[in-house]
Amino acid sequence: MEVSIWIFLLLSVLKVAVVTVILLTAVAYTVLLERKVVGRIQNRWGPSRVGPFGLLQPLADGLKLFLKEDLMPTNVYRPLYILAPLIALTCALISISVVPFGKEIYYKGVDLFQIADLNIGLLVILGITSIGVYGIALSGWSSNNKYSLLGALRASAQLISYELALGLSLVGVVLRAGSLRLRDIVDVQATHGLLSWNVFGGLQFVAFFIYLMAAYAETNRAPFDLPEAESELTAGYHTEYSSMKFAMFFMAEYANMITVSCVATLLFLGGWSSPFGNLLPAWGGPIVQALLPVFWFVAKVFFFLFLYIWVRGTLPRFRYDQLMGFGWKFLLPVAIANIIATSLWLAFRAG
Amino acid sequence: MHLVLFFIFGVLCVAGALNLLLQRHPINSALSLIVVMTSLAVLYLLLGAEFLAAAQVIVYSGAIMVLFTFVIMLLNAGEEERTHGSKAAYMVGIPGAAAVLGILAYVFLKQRGNLGVATLGSYLVTTHDLSRLLFRDLLLPFEVTSVLILVAILGAVALARKEH
Repeated sequence: MEVSIWIFLLLSVLKVAVVTVILLTAVAYTVLLERKVVGRIQNRWGPSRVGPFGLLQPLADGLKLFLKEDLMPTNVYRPLYILAPLIALTCALISISVVPFGKEIYYKGVDLFQIADLNIGLLVILGITSIGVYGIALSGWSSNNKYSLLGALRASAQLISYELALGLSLVGVVLRAGSLRLRDIVDVQATHGLLSWNVFGGLQFVAFFIYLMAAYAETNRAPFDLPEAESELTAGYHTEYSSMKFAMFFMAEYANMITVSCVATLLFLGGWSSPFGNLLPAWGGPIVQALLPVFWFVAKVFFFLFLYIWVRGTLPRFRYDQLMGFGWKFLLPVAIANIIATSLWLAFRAG
Repeated sequence: MHLVLFFIFGVLCVAGALNLLLQRHPINSALSLIVVMTSLAVLYLLLGAEFLAAAQVIVYSGAIMVLFTFVIMLLNAGEEERTHGSKAAYMVGIPGAAAVLGILAYVFLKQRGNLGVATLGSYLVTTHDLSRLLFRDLLLPFEVTSVLILVAILGAVALARKEH
């Protein structure tokens, strides 16, 4: 079917707007969720004053960050100081555009549940993540502050080291699907529900754990939050930032968390496919059938976000040499072994 | 559409390269180099080499240039001092560079028939095609290259190691 370019453009812009709004709202409420859950882990209530159960807290936080004075320290390198948070936030927001949220359903020739369906979707996500490092590196350097610089140096070294393990852990999944397109990767797992997910039936649980650990390091989250270790580095690379510039880093961190959770869902937990496979009868009309996969997808992403917070509330921070040793001497060899084992198994099965 | 993108990113690429040479602060030059490499990735994409484009961004813009900026940050390199350079360099260098460019352009235009033509956006090299080429038809050169890189790593380690 021939698609009119104007309808395509209009619907695409609409999709981008909707996804961005949902993503930013999700970021705000992930922050609230984190404060609540970590509060309960530490035996206190967490935010509870603004709105019922503290549900309006993100709104108040956002307003506060907007209204704060935007300080510009005197000796910063100004162009990069301003550019850095923009790079961080942009890269964090772009990568969501290749994530499919639900089944392939076309309305006037435009895919409803994915902004851009690329043949190399997985690589695009990796590429954008690797560009995002510059946000952190440049912010630390341009701030002209030794804590910022140390935080940025740590962050660059950590991100480069763990990117290897992250990339290699995905190779097994790609081998199994025979494609880098995210929809193909999900389709391979969607045949028998829970049993055909990569983490169980695909026998990729080793890759799954490598991915999880490398992803925690990639998003600078506990127990790998050394670039912003407050007990050693004040706040790391964003020490000198205030107001909305700080908020951009903050949003970028949580948007990255959400993207990583989405990718983990797509690659290992079968994306939007139902855990029950075809056991459940197809009830409801076509609209329910279209929205049900989105529900499963969101539920799985929520599970990963909860796991993030749970880990943060439970584990202490690594020491720097332990971090490097863990990444290079443990995760990397195990990831390579996983690739070899997966290829051998696939070759054996193919005959 | 393809032509418009080609011009935008071609201009961006050349502008980044010029900026790389003209900037006096090393970090600005490094950032211009990132712009050049990323624009090149877009040009690859326009020619249908999607895997190559992604690899260009991940490896060059992502990993190698991060190491560049890392080193610049670590050494805290300041602004370079501008010298006038030698007269001879100006006298010979600029006409020499122009001559080399001219000869290259002439040869490429002259041999257009033999070199073949690629049209923007007309074909797609999928990852399947590329891997078939790399791991079947060109397996030996590919493996030799990886050994070469291994040798380079070993050399770097040997040089960096302190004498006992």
